Amino acid sequence: MRKLLFPLFSLMVLTSLLLAGCGTPAATPTAAPAAETPQTPGVAGGERLQAILDRGEVICGVHGTFQGFGFVDSDGNWTGFDVDFCRAWAAALFDDANAVEFRGLSAQERFTALQSGEVDVLARNSTWTWARDVELGLTFGPVNFYDGQAIMAKRSVVDDPAAGLAALEGANVCVQSGTTTELNLADQFRAAGVNYTPVVFEDQNAAFQAYDEGRCDAITSDRSQLATQGQAVLQNYADHVILDVVMSKEPLAPAVSDGDPRWAQVVQWVIYGMIQAEELGITSENVDTFLTSEDPVVRRLLGVEGELGAMLGLSNDFIYRVIKHVGNYGEVYDRNLATFNLARGQNELWTNGGLMYAPPFR
Amino acid sequence: MNTTAPWRDIRVLKILAQVIFIILLALVAAYLYANVTTNLARQGLAVGYGFMTNPASFGIGESFISYDPSDTYARALLVGLVNTLVVSALGIVFTTIVGVLAGVARLSSNWLINRFAAAYVGLIRNTPLLLQLMFWYFGVIIQLPDVGQAIKLPGPLFLTQRGVYMTWGEGTSTFPAWRIFILIAFISIVVIWLLLRNAQKRASIPLSPWWNLAYLMVPALIILIGFVIQPEPPLQATVPELSGLNFRGGLRLTPEFAALLFGLVIYTGAFIAEIVRGGIQAVSRGQVEAARSLGLSTGQALRLVVFPQALRIMVPPVTSQYLNLAKNSSLAIAIGFPDLFSVAGTIFNQTGAAIEIITIMMLSYLSISLFTSLLMNIYNQRIQLVER
Repeated sequence: MRKLLFPLFSLMVLTSLLLAGCGTPAATPTAAPAAETPQTPGVAGGERLQAILDRGEVICGVHGTFQGFGFVDSDGNWTGFDVDFCRAWAAALFDDANAVEFRGLSAQERFTALQSGEVDVLARNSTWTWARDVELGLTFGPVNFYDGQAIMAKRSVVDDPAAGLAALEGANVCVQSGTTTELNLADQFRAAGVNYTPVVFEDQNAAFQAYDEGRCDAITSDRSQLATQGQAVLQNYADHVILDVVMSKEPLAPAVSDGDPRWAQVVQWVIYGMIQAEELGITSENVDTFLTSEDPVVRRLLGVEGELGAMLGLSNDFIYRVIKHVGNYGEVYDRNLATFNLARGQNELWTNGGLMYAPPFR
Repeated sequence: MNTTAPWRDIRVLKILAQVIFIILLALVAAYLYANVTTNLARQGLAVGYGFMTNPASFGIGESFISYDPSDTYARALLVGLVNTLVVSALGIVFTTIVGVLAGVARLSSNWLINRFAAAYVGLIRNTPLLLQLMFWYFGVIIQLPDVGQAIKLPGPLFLTQRGVYMTWGEGTSTFPAWRIFILIAFISIVVIWLLLRNAQKRASIPLSPWWNLAYLMVPALIILIGFVIQPEPPLQATVPELSGLNFRGGLRLTPEFAALLFGLVIYTGAFIAEIVRGGIQAVSRGQVEAARSLGLSTGQALRLVVFPQALRIMVPPVTSQYLNLAKNSSLAIAIGFPDLFSVAGTIFNQTGAAIEIITIMMLSYLSISLFTSLLMNIYNQRIQLVER
């Protein structure tokens, strides 16, 4: 018996140490008494926000190997569309776009990292779904990228983009595990009555590599991902065709854990501010000239008048900081995605026929 | 008379130490439990296995049991478990063969064979398995020609980047009726074994070895009767043929399965080779010399004298290699094979049921390992030296 107990005990101690290590960051905000945080009537929470302010940087969960969205370049800098939103939140809180600690997360890890409090916010091309919102206990911010699942096939298999899924009868389809894509794939092929074989990889790059080597006839992912990754990693992008068929709606949005509505509001309103700034024509280049604007809408947005920021427990000029350091929505889009010829489409402002629309700042 | 005070009595102290230990253990367990429940409550998450009966609605690329996306999560997990079991079982069989061959080759007096085996062991043991799996999959198997230009080997056996296709037997319509004949044939073998053993006990001299022919003749006779009665043979050959994007017919090993099996076999085989070499070298030199002087050939000496003794030394460490192989099969996720870990990971991601899924995975791997250990321990006891 003693022989058995010792290893068992060591195991328990080790596990408890590990768990305690994981538990600490999550427990810290709860430990801070709510009374210490600047309370504003009508806004509950604030523990997480306070913890971030005390820490002095935002811990942001991103994709590490997805060019255009979250990627470490050859100089070791984090770049990408989602990465820039992380920088925007940091700029809003600390007036410093570099006050961010990036955590590259796999598709499988991302929500657990958020739930356990390892990251403050997740900006990792994650689709907003009912289950993730309700079952996983997350709060999604506004959609920062409207995407849709598409399927890319070799031209030798399908040449006409207008061909439906039926052209892929009997095909092997590469897909990444732990994504909504994996589920939609099964649903869509079942609905169309087309037989297929999924080949599931944990890593998106492995899926692309296997597809490129000819293991699969087609690969499925978000349209943005097929276009950016396709151009970045495939040997000859021209040999491939993205079918017109839209397999799903994929509204990509940042997410925070339920439990601090105030932090969720900061995440939301920074994005709205960036959309609003684009609508008003305010860019990182010209934002200073707008400080003297007479337009009350501009003045409120940039914090020249009103107490909008203070109501959230932030500086009143938090949107000004975001625009100054990171830029408006359109600038972020162009900086990261223009090189991939990814048309804005649904991601245009509502004034240009798109879906990007910010509620009024008042 | 015992005058020792209780706090100096070694027996009391020993019991006290154990009591304190148990209390500590209980405290740690209680702390872990409380930590989990409070964290779950803080997130507003509930734990339960209700989700297991919901439809999985994701596809699984290969399965040895029937599966459809409309089946339940429980069924999907079972598919993953069966995939893991199949790859582990085949892996254990093949890795034993590779390991024993390489281990014996390491001791060969032939310079080329000896050096070759040493290079194999040195290279494979000292590089990470994940890297090797990636190499076999991305570097070798999917670099094979596509289906149109398949490498055709006699059989016919086709090597393509979509997998290995081979001629295989397929059950005909009479296959269910044939099961009874196959069963009777098996029973007859057991009956013959029992009869011969009894006869040997009663006989004063060893029975003629010709009696062993009965093992072959009787089942053959039963199967022959089957052929007379049944209209069709039980199996018919299906030959892979190219149709459309893929081959149809025959047996297909997917590239993922092939790469995983191959990688695991080669990797674990290198470790087993070293165990085999060590086991053989541990048998004292005098044993071989004695066997040789009795007139046994080198092969006979190895098979009849050295190996049975080396086995006793080899079995325990080989058991841990078998366990490693089964557990290492969870690296399949890197090369797209839907094993238990991969399928469970997908379910975990779709349902968010982290604690439940991880518990299932731990229990599954634990059961596989304990079952393997049990079998190996039984075997180990059988081959242990019986002291008279």
